[in-house]
Amino acid sequence: MRLRDFPEDEVFLQGSAACQGCPGSAAIRVAFKALGRKTILAVIASCTSVFQSPFPLSALDVPTINMAFATGGAVASGITAAADRLVARGEFEEKPNILVWAGDGGTYDIGIQALSGAAERDADFIYVCYNNEAYSNTGTQRSGATPYAAWTTNTTKGKEEWRKDIPQIMVAHGVPYVATASLAYPTDMYNKFAKAKEIKGTRYIEIQAPCPPGWKFPSSHTIKVARLAVQTGMWMLYEHEGGKTTYSAGTQRIIQGQSKLVPVEEYLKEQGRFRHLFSPERDEVKIAEIQGRMSHIFETLQFTHKMKEHIMDIELAPPR
Amino acid sequence: MRRVETGNHVAAWGARLARVEVVSAYPITPQTQVIEEISRFIDEGEMDCEYIPVESEHSAMAAMIGSAAMGVRSFSATSAHGLLYMHELLHWAAGIRLPMVMVNVNRALGPGWNIWCDHQDTIAARDTGWIQIYCASHQEILDTTIQAFRITEDPKVILPVMVCYDAIFLSHNYMQVEIPDQETVDRFLPPFRSLWKLDLDYPLTHGAVIYPDDYEEVRYSMFQGLDNAREAIKAAAAEYRDVVGSFHGDMVETYRMEDAECALVAMGSMASEAKVAVDELRERGYRCGVVRVRSFRPFPREELRELLAPLRAVMVIDRSVSFGLEGPLYSEVKAVIYGHSDAEVYDIITGLGGRDVTYELMVENTEAALKGRLEQETRWPTVRLNEHHLVMKKGLEEYWKKEGVR
Repeated sequence: MRLRDFPEDEVFLQGSAACQGCPGSAAIRVAFKALGRKTILAVIASCTSVFQSPFPLSALDVPTINMAFATGGAVASGITAAADRLVARGEFEEKPNILVWAGDGGTYDIGIQALSGAAERDADFIYVCYNNEAYSNTGTQRSGATPYAAWTTNTTKGKEEWRKDIPQIMVAHGVPYVATASLAYPTDMYNKFAKAKEIKGTRYIEIQAPCPPGWKFPSSHTIKVARLAVQTGMWMLYEHEGGKTTYSAGTQRIIQGQSKLVPVEEYLKEQGRFRHLFSPERDEVKIAEIQGRMSHIFETLQFTHKMKEHIMDIELAPPR
Repeated sequence: MRRVETGNHVAAWGARLARVEVVSAYPITPQTQVIEEISRFIDEGEMDCEYIPVESEHSAMAAMIGSAAMGVRSFSATSAHGLLYMHELLHWAAGIRLPMVMVNVNRALGPGWNIWCDHQDTIAARDTGWIQIYCASHQEILDTTIQAFRITEDPKVILPVMVCYDAIFLSHNYMQVEIPDQETVDRFLPPFRSLWKLDLDYPLTHGAVIYPDDYEEVRYSMFQGLDNAREAIKAAAAEYRDVVGSFHGDMVETYRMEDAECALVAMGSMASEAKVAVDELRERGYRCGVVRVRSFRPFPREELRELLAPLRAVMVIDRSVSFGLEGPLYSEVKAVIYGHSDAEVYDIITGLGGRDVTYELMVENTEAALKGRLEQETRWPTVRLNEHHLVMKKGLEEYWKKEGVR
């Protein structure tokens, strides 16, 4: 699939209330290109609750239910159970896609219980976390997804903890499909949605969503920041199915040695939320800590990639 | 079919006969038998239904909202802490205008852990926009669960219904019930046709951001829906009597009220005890009757006004507390007869955490009230004073001295 082959049908309509350069609305657009109109959408409290536009307008041209913060996995469990009934009764010729659209707050933090429960029951739906690495809707407070050293309004000297790895927690649930995606690689994202659509059970896709007001970069740089995240290793693209992890797009190229791992500094410098690492004076320790972690992860992955050809056909999950 | 069942099993029968298609519930004592029985019905092929064994009550209600929004008849069951845990979504279910039925086994709240009966859990959910009907017998649990679907699916209502019944007294005791056959219930309860649903052919966005310009209208429409529920409850009870046969009152149930000068007002199984008390009071020469509030939301405003306003005295029996004020039922009874009546209104709070409420207690207190020995206020006649009362009365210093604490 090439970009110019994407279907022209737009489910996410013009005139939404999103900020300039909003990654969430761009992600929704690509997702629906792959999923199509036969989709029932549950939007969990997040920026998407707002940028879909207030009553009585809506930028979402599919049946949509907005739900409370901690309900993603649960409301989709109800929708999918009801859809099964409607298929059994013959009211639906085929089961529609059921899509949960939640932010990182609604996934990493308050919504993890409902998501974990649904994944354990292998309820049949696609769960998307568009991860802007903070509570951006409420004015950028830290979340479980906020990266180490990032400024937020309640980590004013930089977050002291590393983010938790929810995609790997979803892998540990044994769900049939887990993928990560980036706005800078839309065809990769499209392919992942297209693949997820054909699978039955709980499918989890996480999209990194660089947020201009939250991360403090110009709104025209969303895609640039998203690309740098992948090139520096700060965001990895992979999918996991059938017990096997496969890296894709930019991440795959670094692992296979086709492109070099860009120094994290390039990524950090782009964003105001990491400015305290560079001024008034450089925080060499923290920059080295982050760089060290990225280098370690990719050296490990590059090594196993080389070994793979000789010893066994296995690809490691992202090491910690 | 006549069977001897627990109240919980009877509630499961209600869901089965109503042809519920999605059940989503989380176990909590004393509700567990409801979902165990439904699971058994499904496993043995007696009920064609999806059961979602969710990981919490919050998710139980979220899943119910999801399935009801797809236009499928949905049911859940909970109790006490479960009801509190789903409180956010009780508001959501009512606010987004979805028909659904949930039974709640009325259980006391912790701490300390208490699995016995009182009404504090559902009283705490009073202002969520749910219809609340309190049952007083096993037969009524069955009949009300079926009627509840007629009420909730009434296009003039479209608000969820909570069928409440007392822990242990009704949930776990066995009683004889008459279970109607499926064809009869089908004649009473047609298949569910929803007013709105998540419709692929007519895609709408539900529950989005709503500005002050529009919000009040939404709340007012809920207010009207609950007002309309009065007629729907009466119509459902009357038609159920015609089609199926049994009747337990509609907004209220009355007992020996024809010539009464004093009424005992209560909810749930305690009101059955009040009937015994009234018989005894009449033996003693007091013309008393019972008004059992069956529907607490919507509150039986007109019915109570008509029944209670002409009386000399009203004795309210509360099985819950509004801390910092009085018994909640007491407040509301006074409110609806205000300006219409000279009746003296008394209140006792009793039976909390499953404490036994005897007819003797009711007789004693009503007699004292009628003899003018009581103030018109909330009293706690069955409470025993404990150590903390000493602290509150004499102060901590005095208490420590008594206990020998330095």
